[in-house]
Amino acid sequence: MPLFLIACIAGQGVAFDADQVDSVVDIGEIVAVHRADPSVRGLTALRSRVVTVVDTRRSLGLEPTAPHVRRAVITQQDGHYYAMLVDALDDIETFETRSMPLVARKEDRWSRAADGMVFRNGEPLLILDLAKLVPQPAAMLA
Amino acid sequence: MDDLLQEFIAETRETLEALSSEVVAWEAAPGDRARLDAIFRFVHTVKGSCGFLDLPRLARLSHAAEDVLADARDGKRMPDTALVDAVLAIVDRIGAIVEGIAANVTLDDSDDEALIAALTRVEEVVATAPAPRVAATPRTAPRSIRLNVDLLDRMMSGMSDMVLARNELARRLRDDVLDPRVEAALDQLSLTVADMRDTVTRTRMQKVDALFSALPRMVRDTAAELGKAVSLRIEGSDVDLDREMIEMMRDPLVHIIRNAIDHGIETPARRRSLGKAPTGQIRVTARQSGNQILIEIEDDGAGIDVARIAAKAVANDVRSAAEVAGMTPADKLRLVFEPGLSSRDTVSAVSGRGVGMDVVRANIEHVGGRIALDNRPGRGLTITIQVPLTLSIMSTLIVAVADQRFAIARQTIEEIVKVRGDQVRIDPVGDIKVATVRGRRLPMLALAPFLAIGEGEPTTLVIVSTREGDYALGVDDVLDTEEVVVKPAAPAVMGTGLYAGQTLPDSGMPMLLLDGGGLALAAGLRFQQDIIAATEALAPDAANPALLFEDLDGARRAIPLGAIDRVEKASAEAIHRSGGRTRLVVDGATIPLHHGDAAALDRALARGTIEVLRLTDGEAECAYAIGGALEIIQLPADISPAADGPVLGVAVCEGRAIEILDPLAFFLDSDVPDQGEAAPLCLLDGAGAAWMDRFLRPVLEAHGYRCTLRPDGDEAPAVRLVMDEDAVAADRSDAPVLRLCRDREGACEPGSIYRYDRSALIAALAGHARRGGR
Repeated sequence: MPLFLIACIAGQGVAFDADQVDSVVDIGEIVAVHRADPSVRGLTALRSRVVTVVDTRRSLGLEPTAPHVRRAVITQQDGHYYAMLVDALDDIETFETRSMPLVARKEDRWSRAADGMVFRNGEPLLILDLAKLVPQPAAMLA
Repeated sequence: MDDLLQEFIAETRETLEALSSEVVAWEAAPGDRARLDAIFRFVHTVKGSCGFLDLPRLARLSHAAEDVLADARDGKRMPDTALVDAVLAIVDRIGAIVEGIAANVTLDDSDDEALIAALTRVEEVVATAPAPRVAATPRTAPRSIRLNVDLLDRMMSGMSDMVLARNELARRLRDDVLDPRVEAALDQLSLTVADMRDTVTRTRMQKVDALFSALPRMVRDTAAELGKAVSLRIEGSDVDLDREMIEMMRDPLVHIIRNAIDHGIETPARRRSLGKAPTGQIRVTARQSGNQILIEIEDDGAGIDVARIAAKAVANDVRSAAEVAGMTPADKLRLVFEPGLSSRDTVSAVSGRGVGMDVVRANIEHVGGRIALDNRPGRGLTITIQVPLTLSIMSTLIVAVADQRFAIARQTIEEIVKVRGDQVRIDPVGDIKVATVRGRRLPMLALAPFLAIGEGEPTTLVIVSTREGDYALGVDDVLDTEEVVVKPAAPAVMGTGLYAGQTLPDSGMPMLLLDGGGLALAAGLRFQQDIIAATEALAPDAANPALLFEDLDGARRAIPLGAIDRVEKASAEAIHRSGGRTRLVVDGATIPLHHGDAAALDRALARGTIEVLRLTDGEAECAYAIGGALEIIQLPADISPAADGPVLGVAVCEGRAIEILDPLAFFLDSDVPDQGEAAPLCLLDGAGAAWMDRFLRPVLEAHGYRCTLRPDGDEAPAVRLVMDEDAVAADRSDAPVLRLCRDREGACEPGSIYRYDRSALIAALAGHARRGGR
């Protein structure tokens, strides 16, 4: 059974595939990246590595995460490290995955990032694919 | 060369190790196309490398194996066990020879021919037993080793951690009163850490030259082999490149250049018949553009025959005829990157089996690069390889904007100027700003408002040069210069186009490297440059004043004001004609006097005084006789040029056409010394003649006189120059005598001039000559 990291984003219980998670940290000071996608909170140093901090709430089309939130899930995508901000982290557990019970509207950013769901003590947790939460560059201007 | 050989040995060993599993698999399934390709590529690479390393024995073996494998790939031969055995025997032999080279041991080559022969004799099914394998030579420990890049990466990040820890330690210790011994130890640590960092960094970095050093030899040898004349020009840059990148680029570059010589450059005879220089040109350039390295390989050969490529693709079943018919020329061109295609029908020892370009593309795309072709049929081919820098060390300038810091590559910075002071002016032009730095107008980009960091006016301008042009980047402060290790940032950050990468300086706070060109592009500065160019074109309009005057012949003419020193009246006495030229005596010297109409000048002189324009180009002087100055006008930019002579052109001013005179033509004219019989002759006479000959002659000749030491009978001198103390010799001619005295006091005597008083001398001469001449 796959292993999941359980977290909370904007009051919603979510689960990340543990294979996607590099580590869990409290990040330090953030250097802003101006004119980048709003979900890019900035850059921070994690030991000797520069990590791009992603405001996960904004990736999901929600209000920005509060500035004091420092807890993050580190994931590596295409050779780059990202710190995905989360409101709270819970536990690591194994679950049986289920497919999504409902066909959500396509423009719903939650369901675009979702990759099924798990049930924990009867409470549904959305499995979020971290790769889909990582901001992609806007189409480059010709 | 030794380095190259070491590289070759290491590379071949490595490939052989990687290949060993392929070899086994191929033995089991001779028909397996993927294995066949892998082994083919190996022998092809070996052949390529040993061609320029001058290893004929390896070249012969690998070429033979390649031939057989090519046949197998083309389906001309079935890869059976015998063939596999024969090829593997060659692969083994290659390994043995390479070890032999490494150990500096010469191997017996008597049975090489047997191995090669085995390749061709495979039809006899039970033919030769597998060739005996050569006993392994003792392996010497190589002086260079190949390292896993991950290991290097770990070393790098460990190093950075160490720097950060050192900084933190230093900060903590500084809070207390420091024991000198602790301080010394800390300094020692800092020194060691800095040194280590340099070394560790260097393990990953190499100058791009390392990539190019093998090329000249390779080009020479390849060209010689093919009977072609090729000259190679390398325009490298001093950029440090990731070693990994250099390794990745090596093979593609070699393949491309071989292809260029083999397929691109024509034979000297053919080139001559095409009207090209017999020597083909190959130019390899490397340059860094932002965080991309561009390598361009340009040849002036035949280019790619697109139709042939397309036909070949159909013939080799790579594409169907219908598919090819629907392709654009660009698509057809890109078929050269398909496996199993070659634009040449004959196979040479150098290239031409289509193994090259697909490997090239695969290698480049593997490192996230792109390859582009610019095909000019009949005229040449340019291949541009663009690879991102995975890692680069750059000397950067650290600038501050509000509370944020950015790095800018120093390479792109032209100068830094403070805004306060007279040197810099910033003017709003519409919704943009233009900075004028010592008269040079540049579009300006204030970083703080552009990045929405702050609103403050910039205090410092960093002049950034981009390929499109230069601009002034307004920042709050310039802090420092620092060598930083730059890595690409996340795609979402790079995608803004404003940043060239990210770095983690000693402060431990991440910092972004600004992309000068990208900033200009995002801010639309290119458009603003057009505006500036336009205003600059208008500017000379307003700043091109000229004096409008009435010429002696009554016509209105103008002359640029810049050339005019002053306008003054001159008496007819001061006008002196000699040798068909007119000169004006000014302050004891004469300057050429130009004029429009000779008859009109005479009429004007008859009135006693004329007006002259005194012209100067800063050194030479001349004058132009005019009827009278009228006014200062602004010359329009649009002047219809005149054919020739002193008239620059014709412009329309207030509805009237006026001729604009070219002052340069007058100065040009002034330099021509007076010549001919008519120039007044000065007789340098008496005991001082030798002195005068040496010292006065150049001065006199410059003013339009001729000098002689001995009068000949035919021509009477106009003036006789003698030193004061000389007794005036028998009056052989009635020429007036000008006396020169040796000391200043003597000059008070009438008719006597101090010999170094040049202007008095010239004025006196002019007076005598005029009287004498008339």
